[in-house]
Amino acid sequence: MGSLDVRAWITRFAELVEADAERLTRLDSAIGDGDHGANLNRGLRSAVAALSSDGEPPPPGKVLMTAGRALVSKTGGASGPLYGTALRRAGKALGDATSVDADEIAAALRAALDAVRELGHAEEGDKTMVDALLPAVTAYEGAAGEGLVAAARAALAAAEKGAEATVPLRARKGRASYLGARSEGHLDPGAASTVLLFQALADAAG
Amino acid sequence: MANVGIVLISHSRTLAEGAAELAREMGVGEVTVEPAGGTPDGGLGTSVELLESAVNAADSGGGVVVIADLGSSVLTTKLYLEDREGAGEVVLADAPFVEGAVAAASAAAAGAPVPDVVAAATDAYTFRKT
Repeated sequence: MGSLDVRAWITRFAELVEADAERLTRLDSAIGDGDHGANLNRGLRSAVAALSSDGEPPPPGKVLMTAGRALVSKTGGASGPLYGTALRRAGKALGDATSVDADEIAAALRAALDAVRELGHAEEGDKTMVDALLPAVTAYEGAAGEGLVAAARAALAAAEKGAEATVPLRARKGRASYLGARSEGHLDPGAASTVLLFQALADAAG
Repeated sequence: MANVGIVLISHSRTLAEGAAELAREMGVGEVTVEPAGGTPDGGLGTSVELLESAVNAADSGGGVVVIADLGSSVLTTKLYLEDREGAGEVVLADAPFVEGAVAAASAAAAGAPVPDVVAAATDAYTFRKT
């Protein structure tokens, strides 16, 4: 019980995004510039390739840093830098540890959230990925004492709720913010892909 | 001491090249202005690789000021600066794209150091058109 296979997490995230790329693009076409699905899919494919599954997996922290780096250079759009910095900062928080428990993952997720907010300056309510990421991280931290699986499930539920809550919001960041009131009534694509990140975490946690 | 170099990062190759052409003109031949527009395959988007090449090409020892168009250009530049190892001052200016490029190149041509070039670019936000 207790150690997360981080490579499995990232690989699963990539699978979920690939399967859902069309929906993410559709969401992004409604209020964005229509490339979120394709961009994130491309970036994650590159991340998975960089983490090629031959041989001993590197320490979890290094896995996340490698994945983050690939996302920054290969994704394009805003999601490359944002997801990239999130994973890199999470990886840095994990250091050299060869196995990571629920509490260490909590610290890594908090670091990821801080990185996203520092880079993009989005706050909760701006109709961005932060609207799913912040509640997910808070829920994870709250449930970390119950172990990895419980915490990951709590995080996923909170991410889903947070993403759904973006529907009525008016966008205050990104291209969607140019639409003003016309951005209301649509699910934010960045929040939708953040749900997939936490779905992948829950799947990897077991 | 060499003049400050300017880098223009944009989602569009042609926009970056066009703005660079204009900025070079304003720099009266005294300023290196390097465009970093679009993705390496020629499409729309931003590229940290093109940014890095442009910064290296623009730096003649007097530092580099980066002007970004919007959105992911800004994010990409911020991350690049966070990661950057290497000598020399490279700074992202908070400035409008075209006006900032022109202001920065003009200041750089007059021998302004990095902080003054950045200030000139930022000031360009205040120029009203009506």
